[in-house]
Amino acid sequence: MAIHKVCGIETEYGIITRGFDSNPVVASSVLVNAYAGNFPQLTGWDFADETPGSDARGFALEDAFPPEVETHLVNSVLTNGARYYVDHAHPEVSTPECTSAAQVVLFDRAAEEVIRRSALSANEKLPPGHEIVLYKNNSDGKGNSYGCHENYLVDRELPFGRLASLITTHFVTRQVFTGAGKVGCEQPGRSAAAVPYQISQRADFFEEEIGLETTLKRPIVNTRDEPHCNPNLYRRLHVIVGDANMSEIATFLKVGTTAIVLAMIEDDFLPHNLQLANPLPSMTAVSHDPSLGATVERINGQRLTALEMQFLLLEFAEKYNQQFGLSCIETPGDEGEADMILRRWKEVLEGLESNPDSMAGVVDWVAKRRLVDGFAARHGLTAGHAKLKAIDLQYHDMRPDRCLAGRVGLETLCAEPDVLRAVSEPPASTRAFFRGKCLQKWPGEVVAANWDSLVFDIGDEPLRRVPMMEPLRGTQAIVGELLDTASSPRHLIDLLGAGASETSGFVDPGMY
Amino acid sequence: MAERIQKQRTDRAKEGSAADSAAPSADTERGEKLKAELDDLLDEIDEVLESNAEDFVKSYVQKGGE
Repeated sequence: MAIHKVCGIETEYGIITRGFDSNPVVASSVLVNAYAGNFPQLTGWDFADETPGSDARGFALEDAFPPEVETHLVNSVLTNGARYYVDHAHPEVSTPECTSAAQVVLFDRAAEEVIRRSALSANEKLPPGHEIVLYKNNSDGKGNSYGCHENYLVDRELPFGRLASLITTHFVTRQVFTGAGKVGCEQPGRSAAAVPYQISQRADFFEEEIGLETTLKRPIVNTRDEPHCNPNLYRRLHVIVGDANMSEIATFLKVGTTAIVLAMIEDDFLPHNLQLANPLPSMTAVSHDPSLGATVERINGQRLTALEMQFLLLEFAEKYNQQFGLSCIETPGDEGEADMILRRWKEVLEGLESNPDSMAGVVDWVAKRRLVDGFAARHGLTAGHAKLKAIDLQYHDMRPDRCLAGRVGLETLCAEPDVLRAVSEPPASTRAFFRGKCLQKWPGEVVAANWDSLVFDIGDEPLRRVPMMEPLRGTQAIVGELLDTASSPRHLIDLLGAGASETSGFVDPGMY
Repeated sequence: MAERIQKQRTDRAKEGSAADSAAPSADTERGEKLKAELDDLLDEIDEVLESNAEDFVKSYVQKGGE
């Protein structure tokens, strides 16, 4: 049976400065530091185990250095288990590890809140008229793109070739409900005039079917093999094709349907002839046709629209659910979410099929198009007018008083108090619980943290590293009591060392 | 399976058109409500949209990320 689809999202935000010129790396650093400055004892990130150059196909790229090194200082771990840092020239938030799509949505919303608070703190310190502004989008309209990456835990035994070829079918066709919409076109060799409006922010930037890169010659399936957990048991599928969504339901569907399709691939439930014959041209063909009439070709020669392919995947998912159940994508104790994903998946496909505008409260590209078309009609503007591109950009503005997505009536999934709580409280159902709670309890003594370990300073002895190689251990159910009992990091290490390691799921703390 | 999907889709489309012809007034009403909503929304956008759109769009330049 498919293993639990532990998952998360990492979002890079667009950043500009107003009233002054600044290098985006500096502006991003000011932003993260402004947030971190509110928490003087925020813990730094530990790079010891980062190997972004490892390839899932079994080799390592020699010149691939950890990309974060240049901004090492601006890198922090939050008490909700998230990571907040500067990646290249963008501020980025990675959610903590989650056990369901709904949880991912909650922590993605919490990340937005962190970004807003950072901007408020940073802008308070800047002179009047100077401002840092953030955008949750994926392109500047001039050929530069930045990502919203998803991560899913998959079984190491699953052959990577099967995984890559079948998940590509979903990546190409899920755009119809995950696309955030874009005015114009950035595909090399294609003019913006040829595509006044398209479904996806990202589709124009893919040049390979499969590969290790994320910044140049981007592949539809990324092969970075850096599981951040036991590499003998697991892979982390690093997904770089997605758009950052303003719609909570769109994020919910993006993560939920992908987790389901991955579970089906893991159990070899999908016929292999669902593979696409030409994934790369299919990617842009789907995105460039908001009338949803573009077709993609299966390797058996059959041509289907993206919607038809999605109906097909949904039908398999419903059967899979009847036969095996989908508890592998639900947070334990929170059953019913899989049924909700299947129901919303069906609704969005039927809505897009019968009347796309009926999905304006759910699907970002539909909501944005309604604004762009309405505005153009009202003011008699033609395609290519700067105001229409301004609407596109401002749809993603993180300032509540400027954000257009906040005005279009998008349906929400999260209650505001839950979002505010998730800014500082970790999910209970993954190892992020252990990470977050240790940071809350002992901010001064956790000297470094990363996805799969914490390093404690316990006084006059060597630093101690506590490895966390199992994403589903270190949960509230497993270590909640232990953490309540421990009066200090030294006490915690003693408890872990004195047989507690079995229940906590961690191996004995070693010397760092 | 694809044929079955095709059939389901046709059925759904038929249901949709039957409902449309049965209740034209409800549909018109709904359409007018949507139009009024959009008008209000566009009023708001007139107010909050970046005043110098051309400069804003031109100066929105990012470095590639990831």
